[in-house]
Amino acid sequence: MSQAPNENPSCPGKKDKHEARRDFLKQSSALMALALTPPLVVKAGEHDETIAGLFEKMPVSMEINGKAYQLSVEPRVTLLDLLREQLHLTGTKKGCDHGQCGACTVHVNGQRINSCLTLAVMQEGKKITTIEGLAQGDTLHPVQEAFIKHDGFQCGYCTPGQIMSAVACIREGHAGSPEEIREFMSGNICRCGAYDNIVAAITEVKQGGHTV
Amino acid sequence: MNQFSYVRPASQQAAIDAITRDSSARFIAGGTNLLDLMKNGVLAPEKLVDINRLPLKNITLNNNILHIGALTLNSEVAAHPLVKTHHPLLSQVLLAGASQQLRNMATTGGNMMQRTRCSYFYDITMPCNKRTPGSGCSAIGGINRMHAIFGASDQCIAVHPSDMCIALVALDATVLVAGPKGNRRIPFGEFHRLPGNTPDKDNNLGKGELITGIEIPHSPFTQNVYYLKVRDRASYAFALVSVAAALDISNNTIRGARLAMGGVAHKPWRLHEAEKTLIGKSPTADNFRIAATVATQSARTYQHNAFKVPMAQNSIVTALQKAAAV
Ligand SMILES: Cc1cc2nc3c(=O)[nH]c(=O)nc-3n(C[C@H](O)[C@H](O)[C@H](O)COP(=O)(O)OP(=O)(O)OC[C@H]3O[C@@H](n4cnc5c(N)ncnc54)[C@H](O)[C@@H]3O)c2cc1C
Ligand code: SF4
Ligand code: FES
Ligand code: FES
Repeated sequence: MSQAPNENPSCPGKKDKHEARRDFLKQSSALMALALTPPLVVKAGEHDETIAGLFEKMPVSMEINGKAYQLSVEPRVTLLDLLREQLHLTGTKKGCDHGQCGACTVHVNGQRINSCLTLAVMQEGKKITTIEGLAQGDTLHPVQEAFIKHDGFQCGYCTPGQIMSAVACIREGHAGSPEEIREFMSGNICRCGAYDNIVAAITEVKQGGHTV
Repeated sequence: MNQFSYVRPASQQAAIDAITRDSSARFIAGGTNLLDLMKNGVLAPEKLVDINRLPLKNITLNNNILHIGALTLNSEVAAHPLVKTHHPLLSQVLLAGASQQLRNMATTGGNMMQRTRCSYFYDITMPCNKRTPGSGCSAIGGINRMHAIFGASDQCIAVHPSDMCIALVALDATVLVAGPKGNRRIPFGEFHRLPGNTPDKDNNLGKGELITGIEIPHSPFTQNVYYLKVRDRASYAFALVSVAAALDISNNTIRGARLAMGGVAHKPWRLHEAEKTLIGKSPTADNFRIAATVATQSARTYQHNAFKVPMAQNSIVTALQKAAAV
């Protein structure tokens, strides 16, 4: 496993400054708390596992497509924006940014989720797989092959999300019939209406007994 | 999204303290509702307290009482053998909500706390008493097709959007809460509120209180249950009207009945009076129709949602028929 370059060279290298700032924030909030609440509260606050201040980036480690990353991220950055903007893994698409379309579907510890509605800092220690991590070298994943064979797309914008969702749908055991596939793929909207061909592609992979 | 500080407490007490000492702090669980609202500027907490490291992810059965930890995912609850065996209605309602991706993120506690989908609540350029108390309600004289037919006030006519909560109110669940003053238990039917003069308050959870889990008592409703969700498309949409029906039938006689509706009120809407009409009766369409008429007696409609009354009646009859036929 290779180590990805650190995302923000200006911050993590200077660990001293970073930690000093964090200590300051902790201290100042502790002082505030001291003024307003009984001492018990301040004591419990010391058990906080992780803390990042308002304008502070915080260290996050995760594995993305088999590579370990040590990153520095602002708390408000979503997993989707981390992938696209910071890591330039632009295969994962932003459609609605509100959980309504499925274009941003990735796997976290093997489960499909919408990466637009989770914070990157919440993924500490997790294993992420994006569309870039599905193929084995030059060999496409069987679901990718089937999407090509069955014309499972037109413009292709929803396709990375559809494929990530389809792989999970088969693994979950939710691809038993066209009806079941339609229900469990309903979180992926296709503006081009390639639904019939997507169902055909998933059905073929499922019936072909491929390991997905 | 606004900027905020972030803490990930290692203990329940630290999480409660972190919220208690900061008036604009919020817990974050799955994030699927909170981040959505923050992106729209509806909420702008200065601190997020990530509760995902707390040990609140479990499903256990003790003395026939099912316990579900607050961080258990909607997909995990829906698929769990104990849930499917003892409370199949809960599994059904969860699978009718959102998408598999969202269910893999959404938690039991977060689902109960989700805000209304009233479009004016989401649109920060419009008056809304729930978002900004005293600013007015844009829905009462506006587009109110999705809005309440039961229990609304002249301050707010929004509905609670959860499917999960409809089964929990029908099954007489209890909400387990931990807070700065210790632990308490809230009967599910008393957890959510009607809007009254304080539509900004969705429920009775106090400041600093954390939902730790829910309990569902033993119930006879393991067989004849059905959740009917009527919506604008076949899947992945909020309910216009939904009905959870559970029957305990023996010798062609209804011994017990539970009925609750979604999409019709500011809280999960239990139909106690309609349930009573069914006890001791045979499971026939005529008896179901009587229950449906009783259920909708107190309905009050607005300009665009009068269709919900006949839809509610027909949905009650259909859901009861489906439940009886299982
Ligand atoms: C596109 C879309 C479609 C959807 N469709 C449906 C649907 O059809 N049916 C349906 O029922 N739902 C639907 N949902 C809503 C979804 O179910 C909720 O967003 C989800 O259940 C919220 O859970 P969460 O863990 O992500 O909560 P979060 O977003 O993390 O939190 C929501 C709120 O709950 C509070 N909170 C979280 N956990 C606790 C706790 N343990 N104690 C106290 N407070 C807590 C948070 O502070 C926050 O205010 C949909 C959502 C989207 C985005
Ligand atoms: S119905 Fe409630 S949520 Fe909707 S605009 Fe009126 S006050 Fe706001
Ligand atoms: S971009 Fe995440 S669901 Fe649309
Ligand atoms: S292929 Fe164009 S949106 Fe699906």
